[in-house]
Amino acid sequence: MEGQLAHIGAGIAALGTGIAAIGVGNVASSFLGGALRNPSAAASQTATLFIGIAFAEALGIFSFLVALLLMFAV
Amino acid sequence: MATEAQSEGLGLVFKPMEQFLVTPLGGDGPVMWFTFTNAALWTSLAVLAVFLLLVTTTTKRAVVPSRMQSVAELAYGFIYKMVEDICGKEGIKYFPYIMTLFMFIVMANFLGLIPTAFTPTSHFAVTVPLALSVFLGVTILGFVKNGPAFLGMFWVTSAPLALRPALALIELISYFVRPVSHSVRLAGSMMAGHAVIKVFAGFAALAVVSPFAVLGITAMYGLEVLVCFIQAYVFTILTCVYLKDALHPHH
Repeated sequence: MEGQLAHIGAGIAALGTGIAAIGVGNVASSFLGGALRNPSAAASQTATLFIGIAFAEALGIFSFLVALLLMFAV
Repeated sequence: MATEAQSEGLGLVFKPMEQFLVTPLGGDGPVMWFTFTNAALWTSLAVLAVFLLLVTTTTKRAVVPSRMQSVAELAYGFIYKMVEDICGKEGIKYFPYIMTLFMFIVMANFLGLIPTAFTPTSHFAVTVPLALSVFLGVTILGFVKNGPAFLGMFWVTSAPLALRPALALIELISYFVRPVSHSVRLAGSMMAGHAVIKVFAGFAALAVVSPFAVLGITAMYGLEVLVCFIQAYVFTILTCVYLKDALHPHH
């Protein structure tokens, strides 16, 4: 029973990665919106884009980690 | 493993996580520290590929570069510009380390895309030491370069005084969480992408859906080629950002 509950918890934790996907999409869409207004400045900001995506993604990774721990470590 | 499910009715077998098992080459047996496993094989192949790309193509340098030489020069210029843009002129000193990290990760990722290959970077045992070495190196470098002033990074002087202790706590936590997200991001995306391809491959055993399964594998494979490069790029760019924080702690 406890193992099954851990699997349910892992599924709930996996929802967090989907929510982080909203954040990543938000970063990318804001970048595209800004880049289309001022295309000449876009190329110099791609590094900033990836850093922003990485930070938004990091929080999704933590929920992925929780899911992994529930699946294999608990 | 819990993920290896078998649906009896349709005769489908899903073993998406089997590809990540570390096994000795040529048969079963106990894995000791000296056993030559598939992980060791593909890690050495990645190092060999970096050597072939960067050393052998540039020994006979030509003014008009050959195809492989242009690829090597492109990779060099790409990372050099990234380090220069993010860390400034002072960061160029640490360019060899960052170049090494990038080439190893990108080669390990790409070699892992070969069917039946093993991906070393899909294991925490590989990515955690990479991320920890960056974390420890950057922290030590920050204290060597700035002395105790490096701790000023956690004391945000641009914020109101009342907020500063709370901000310092948050900054401190986010600093120590860095190696976790740094390593889990790389291993997690490698593992997830390869497992998805295997799940699609499991569906190919069913004749009705097999055309869609093959299409799905092709599409996911194309995406994986992109992800393999992007994850190596993100790992490298985050290393540069952490290095910049150590060199110039006052933002």
